[in-house]
Amino acid sequence: MSQWEVVIGIETHAQLATVSKIFSGASTAFGAEPNTQACAVDLALPGVLPVLNRKAVDCAIRFGLAIGAEVAAKSVFARKNYFYPDLPKGYQISQFELPVVVGGAITVQVGSGDKAYEKTINLTRAHLEEDAGKSLHEDFHGKSGIDLNRAGTPLLEIVTEPDMRSSDEAVAYARALHALVRWIGICDGNMQEGSFRCDANVSVRRPGQPFGTRREIKNLNSFRFLKEAIDFEVQWQINEIEEGRKIQQATVLFDPDSGETRTMRTKEDAHDYRYFPDPDLLPLVISRDWMARVRSELPELPGQMRQRFVEQLGLSAYDATTLTASQEIAEFFESTVKIAGAANAKPCANWVMVDLAARLNKEGKELAESPVSAAQLGGLILRIADNTLSNNIAKKVFEALWNGEGASADEVIEKQGLKQITDSGAIEKLVDEVLAANPGNVAEYKAGKEKAFNALVGQVMKAAKGKANPQQVNDLLKAKLAG
Amino acid sequence: MAEPGPRLPMNMINASLKELSQALAAKQVSSVELTTLFLDRIDRLNPQINAFVTVDRDKSLKAAAAADARIAAGQFGPLTGIPLAQKDIFCAEGWRTTCGSKMLENFVAPYDATVVRKLEGEAGMVSLGKTNMDEFAMGSSNENSYFGAVKNPWALDRVPGGSSGGSAAAVAARLAPIATGTDTGGSIRQPAAMCGLTGLKPTYGVVSRYGMIAYASSLDQGGPMGRSAEDCALLLNAMAGFDERDSTSLERPAEDYARDLDKPLAGLRVGLPKEFFAAGCDAGVMAAVQGAIRELEKLGATMVEVSLPNSHLSVPAYYVIAPAEASSNLSRYDGVRYGYRAPEYGNLDDMYMKTRAQGFGAEVKRRILVGAYVLSHGYYDAYYLQAQRIRRLIANDFVAAFNECDVILGPTAPSTAFRIGEKSSDPVQMYLSDIYTIAVNLAGLPGMALPCGFADGLPVGLQLIGNYFAEARLLNVAHRFQQATDWHTQQPEGIA
Repeated sequence: MSQWEVVIGIETHAQLATVSKIFSGASTAFGAEPNTQACAVDLALPGVLPVLNRKAVDCAIRFGLAIGAEVAAKSVFARKNYFYPDLPKGYQISQFELPVVVGGAITVQVGSGDKAYEKTINLTRAHLEEDAGKSLHEDFHGKSGIDLNRAGTPLLEIVTEPDMRSSDEAVAYARALHALVRWIGICDGNMQEGSFRCDANVSVRRPGQPFGTRREIKNLNSFRFLKEAIDFEVQWQINEIEEGRKIQQATVLFDPDSGETRTMRTKEDAHDYRYFPDPDLLPLVISRDWMARVRSELPELPGQMRQRFVEQLGLSAYDATTLTASQEIAEFFESTVKIAGAANAKPCANWVMVDLAARLNKEGKELAESPVSAAQLGGLILRIADNTLSNNIAKKVFEALWNGEGASADEVIEKQGLKQITDSGAIEKLVDEVLAANPGNVAEYKAGKEKAFNALVGQVMKAAKGKANPQQVNDLLKAKLAG
Repeated sequence: MAEPGPRLPMNMINASLKELSQALAAKQVSSVELTTLFLDRIDRLNPQINAFVTVDRDKSLKAAAAADARIAAGQFGPLTGIPLAQKDIFCAEGWRTTCGSKMLENFVAPYDATVVRKLEGEAGMVSLGKTNMDEFAMGSSNENSYFGAVKNPWALDRVPGGSSGGSAAAVAARLAPIATGTDTGGSIRQPAAMCGLTGLKPTYGVVSRYGMIAYASSLDQGGPMGRSAEDCALLLNAMAGFDERDSTSLERPAEDYARDLDKPLAGLRVGLPKEFFAAGCDAGVMAAVQGAIRELEKLGATMVEVSLPNSHLSVPAYYVIAPAEASSNLSRYDGVRYGYRAPEYGNLDDMYMKTRAQGFGAEVKRRILVGAYVLSHGYYDAYYLQAQRIRRLIANDFVAAFNECDVILGPTAPSTAFRIGEKSSDPVQMYLSDIYTIAVNLAGLPGMALPCGFADGLPVGLQLIGNYFAEARLLNVAHRFQQATDWHTQQPEGIA
């Protein structure tokens, strides 16, 4: 099969976490009764005027600073004109020629393990705009219902360069962006409620050739759909071209049930939006003071934290990336390390990323709902580090903490008598008993069967109720069998 | 009609706001009495003039009674209890607000425009009703109203000018002591001129546009229309001011626009743009304007010739920018949420098309089409951007001219009131009616019209243009002129 290169750019609409709408004082809370959160401005009554919510601008500035972009000293709101029943004014207020954020980049980790690699995705721009309402086509007996609660909700539309070369890269970018907007507190990231939705511009070409014609897949509201939609679309485009057809520029929708994309409209029926600067709004001027204020409120960013984890805690790049995937994980990890000590950062990372993550996953819980706190986990790791617990017993203590059987690892160890036996005299006594009771195994071992040794170790551990220090058991057994 | 009772100390229908204010404060007359007087005149005379589209006697009298209560309680300002007419472009809670259109024939506003809140809610003025206007303020003759043409009280077969023709006719016919208007390309000044009134379009951003139904957002500005500069100053005091609901409203300290009314005019430099005194203006209008110049010279002003070299581009630039903004502003009238919806339609697009085809009048449709065209892909640069460049040139012309003079003077309109139907078949002729006023809106400057004589028995309006925020200066010049002349006190015969 001949080689094809996939080219993907992504546009994301992130709903900004403001209390009120971008141009009115109405609430942005999700899930209210239809049209109860739409004021005169949102309904586009005659005579009303928009007033910019400066909190939405704060969010845009935060984002611009977080991705190292230029925050425009002056940007302009424009009207995008089209008719649709859920667009009350007959135009959407957006930014067109002069957006508030220009450039910037996000570095993402693609894949895992040996195949993992880093990739920097460049951003074209991010601009502020208002959301439309919703058309409801069910339950109205041949009519359509309009809910304008969402009309005027602030959005940041974030546009990348066509820098991604696979659906994996696209998903890695979308995940990183999703984590970032939540990290800096500008978007709740709730994809079910539509707070974070992606459009993917997809084309294919022969390596070294100019870009192919792109098709835009609209409104992908999960990472899985994003991947499935791109994979289907890429294969479809390759087939089309290989069968001698040309790709027509189009907007397509992804149907998660069939796993296919289908054309919504082609370039021929594209709207002429007749953009022009909104005369009701002055140009948005962002002063240095405003920028400085927002900068001073920014938390440590995931990239900076990731670097710190690698340089100061000695974590691998992969671990550091995983632990900075969200602010919740990062905070949990840092709190764990605070108790367990920086010297134990690696076991802390493993416990958070592997053991705790698996347990949470099993119960379908979020990190925030973890019954084991970071402090408890840190305490547990301390007891592993000082040899009070073997790894196996540590897992029991973890389980006990999960089930609320003690306030701390120390309390569980004390109550349940789980302290590791490190007294070599006590271990030697157990070893002697086991050797005496299992002459068969001893004979097999001496005949060269390594497996018999493991059986003996198991017997000793069993006799010690798992509490004997495994290293000591090993050493003593070997010494006795050799003797 | 209820004759003013014997205890009324003066001819109330011709009283100034100051006189009305004093009479109310002295309890020589009540707001209910005053309001009844004007409502009775409206009942009697409006059928001939068609100045009002909505009158609600109960609502007005209730507001008047509330004003009387405020006066009785000693909690009142200089305008409390004084009736006024509101142009039907201002949303007023509980009032039908039509903007002269079938589209909003049955639209009852659920909120007050800032101007309404300030004048009625805060200052305590009493609305006599909503005045007729060209549909969505698009027109220069008031013939574009869904509710029929307004007649000029000076000659009932003539137009009152537009788009604030209903307000102008109402004040000229003494159906209201004063009225609000709006001015996008001359819609306060041109009807004021044609009806023998004084009207002021303030600097863009001085009066809030919140609740004032938008025609062309970057040009629209509300202002007073009355019988004297003094009345206009008093109304503007209550109308103007920063409004956080209007992002284009200007955050400036409050000012008393009447503070300089009596200031002598000695040393005043009046700029006469040579372009305003070239061909194209009726001789009778020009003669009256020349008379006003001589009068001002007598009052101590000196005339200097100035030039506005790009003023000939103002009408074409305006008829790109205003329709562009209008085409977008009027998109909300789609039949979905409020207003007119076609009774029968097929699919969604058909509903839009029929609703807008039936709900808008011809001139509105013409401007929506022009606006959509000049904003469309491939034409935007050639029309819209080019017009914006011209707009800057025009504003620069004024900046240069104001280096030479304090105020600029010229005619308001090239002719007196024309006959109903005379220009309605020729849009370009109609558009040229605003040739002297439009540049002021493009530059965002304050401008005034005031009576300066008659031509063939019809009022002629003088125009004064000021630098940014020079409203008080304009009112001062107009007031001194009115102290020395009596053109503004003339009353149309046959309307009594």
